[in-house]
Amino acid sequence: MLTFGRACLLLALLLAAFGVVACARGARSRRPAWATTGRRCIYALFAVLTIVMVVVEAAFVRSDFSFRLVASHSSTTTPLFYKLTAMWSSQEGSLLLWVWLLTGWSSVAMLVSHRRAPELTSWAGAVLLTLAAFFLGLVNLLASPLQLLDPAAAEGNGLQPLLRHPAMVIHPPMLYSGYTLATIPLAFAIAALVTGRVDALWIRQTRRFALASWLALTFGILLGARWSWSELGWGGYWAWDPVENAALLPWLTGTAGLHSLMVQEKRGTLKTWNVSLALITGILAVLGTFLVRSGLLESIHAFGASTLGVPFLVFVVALFATSLALVVWRRDALQSPARLDSLVSREAVFVLNNVVLVGLALVIAWGTFFPLISEALTGRRASVGPPWFDRYTVPLAIVLVLLSGIGPLLPWRRASRGALRRVFARPLAVAALTALLLVLAGAGSPRAVALFVVAAFVAAAVGQEYWRGGRARRASTGRAWPVALGGLVSRNRRRYGGYVVHIGIAMLLVGVAASSAFKDVRDVRMRPGERATVGDYEMRYVRPTAEVERQKLSLGAVVEVRRMGELVDTLTPSRGYYPVNDARGEGTLGRWFAGEATSEVGLRADLRRDVWTAVEPDLQPFRRMIDGIDKRFPLADARMEPLFLDALAERYRVQPPPAAFRLIVAPLVVWVWLGGLVAVLGGFIAIWPARRRAPARARGARRRAARTVTMIGRA
Amino acid sequence: MAGRRKRQARMVVALGAALLLAATLAWTSFTASSEAVGPSALLDMGKDGRSYQLTGKVMPGYERRGDVLHFRVRDRAGNATVPVRYTGAVPDPFREGREVIVTVRRQHGAWVGERDSLITKCPSKFSAERSEH
Repeated sequence: MLTFGRACLLLALLLAAFGVVACARGARSRRPAWATTGRRCIYALFAVLTIVMVVVEAAFVRSDFSFRLVASHSSTTTPLFYKLTAMWSSQEGSLLLWVWLLTGWSSVAMLVSHRRAPELTSWAGAVLLTLAAFFLGLVNLLASPLQLLDPAAAEGNGLQPLLRHPAMVIHPPMLYSGYTLATIPLAFAIAALVTGRVDALWIRQTRRFALASWLALTFGILLGARWSWSELGWGGYWAWDPVENAALLPWLTGTAGLHSLMVQEKRGTLKTWNVSLALITGILAVLGTFLVRSGLLESIHAFGASTLGVPFLVFVVALFATSLALVVWRRDALQSPARLDSLVSREAVFVLNNVVLVGLALVIAWGTFFPLISEALTGRRASVGPPWFDRYTVPLAIVLVLLSGIGPLLPWRRASRGALRRVFARPLAVAALTALLLVLAGAGSPRAVALFVVAAFVAAAVGQEYWRGGRARRASTGRAWPVALGGLVSRNRRRYGGYVVHIGIAMLLVGVAASSAFKDVRDVRMRPGERATVGDYEMRYVRPTAEVERQKLSLGAVVEVRRMGELVDTLTPSRGYYPVNDARGEGTLGRWFAGEATSEVGLRADLRRDVWTAVEPDLQPFRRMIDGIDKRFPLADARMEPLFLDALAERYRVQPPPAAFRLIVAPLVVWVWLGGLVAVLGGFIAIWPARRRAPARARGARRRAARTVTMIGRA
Repeated sequence: MAGRRKRQARMVVALGAALLLAATLAWTSFTASSEAVGPSALLDMGKDGRSYQLTGKVMPGYERRGDVLHFRVRDRAGNATVPVRYTGAVPDPFREGREVIVTVRRQHGAWVGERDSLITKCPSKFSAERSEH
């Protein structure tokens, strides 16, 4: 199977290389046969890579430890669900997933566009196949997922315990889908520049892919944050780490692009800007993949000892240089005759929103790459921390939310003063009322208050737009409110789906602001019976818990949570200890504490606040017992080991040592997840294909027929 | 002509504002940054009162005494080690041999980790290191 898989990988590389030539020849010579061959190469490539994926997945399912990848990331005891997804926890497997998704989305793009825009499709195919060839070069030559382990291991290392979480299973494919989908607009933008067709044709072909990329990135980033909050024992969901930022950068420029594309479609302006945004978003997507593998920046998410940095750097630089050269070459064709009619118009707000989004992206990129910048300028590598990022991103986020409320209220081209008064009165009143209530309630942080006020403004503005649209639809159709609103959304999914996204992002940022500004954190050491106060809550360590499972020893605590003396909930945080496979040198019990350890967070979440607890037992008092057993029974057999573990667990229950607790009370954290899900829902509404309307002629004929029937009836 | 002048004036104002913002961004990033160093560089040039981002691998033999975690950080490729006293959240993947980043400051001759600044390599990224050994 290994040899077959390798042959398929090699075939895939050859197919990609041939496909690039075929597509380019088809585009240059305008011979349909070459163009068709090039396109079919993409479909064939996807099919071949699907076979490779099946080969690797089958090896995981069979626990075939002659595959080095399987031996290092799975084991016979790994649950089937995690066996199937363990592939992308490795560098080699994740690269294979990347290129497989790339060819899958490229095939969809080719299928959709080859009839509508044949002159662009061939060049776009050549670009996509070049990307695929680069990644296939890496998986064939430098990071093959099909390496032989000889002799095969008797047992595998297993999947890293922290990754055994549903969010972590979906997070990488989502992010990679976001990255690879972002390369479709990049490819079509390059095709538009090469062919000189810089009108809205390339936008129409790629708008849905850009939106799908945004959706996948949003969901992927959200899943990563959720995993961090509910699984990791540090009590946060975002750390401004370079690799986290790398996913946020294409999200920001992609969001900017989704808005500015509308301006070009409606007004024919911003051609250079749009093409540049599509290019930079695609490049940032590749850069995100590169950062994880380069070793260029210190990141908790970067692969250690990677050898892929140099080829990636060369590729990203070449991609950037080519894109820049093409934009400069086509600068005359990209000139837009139309200008903004007024600064009080929807397109002007879109331009401002783009400035803020790109500004955010620049700030984050500066902070992310600051170690390299400072090294180049001063010779010393320095980095900036979360407070520096917060200083700039928070005000920009507030402006962004405000613009997402103003935009829907303004018409295209210009607005009269009377119309402005009419549409802004209610949202401004709601915002003012919110500000007043917050001041009266004594809300502290000015930045958080500002964000709550602008979020209220956005909610009122979007609510008003739905209400106005629904009322007009009711008047024209005479239907009930729910039907009228449903009809309103289905007739203009892009617009009303976008408004739902605005509400979702405002909710998400309200959650972020509240949970950051008003979070109470305490680190305490407690013994059973002791209490600690966090914010308005009192937590009592009631008793220890200990559980021996086949693959895990769990030592934890029962914690009572009270507020104003009343029992709110009982939480059970614990710490799971996973053994190392090789007991030699570690001892029978020692091996359980030499492996990975994970926090199982005790969490109570509702719409108002999260109460979060994590525990780390102090095992120092148990050291003598563990060392003693390890000394007398260095390699206990499978029957003896559970007895020792049970004895340890019993002693933990009877003579519990002190434990270190991290206790957090954070308001509105659930709003982060709900807001994200609302934004994703809005994205789905916007991307869902609209119902095809009957052609005008047919509609006219139908109306005439109805009129005739009525007249006949009257007669 | 008037329209052209107006546009030019707008452009000058916009560029001026952008330059000012860029300068502020650059200035604050240099003043708010902490230098990233390995143990050997820290031992060579570490100064009292300044904060550094110490990066390296955790040595065997770390221990928790009360709320304080005591551990030594070793150069990735080298033998220099720095002892660190740290209080705050300890990431789950923390253990000997793992790469860590911690913001430290010298106090009374000892390197003290800034609260909650300790981070370890993301668990999905150990594989490449492991396969190297």
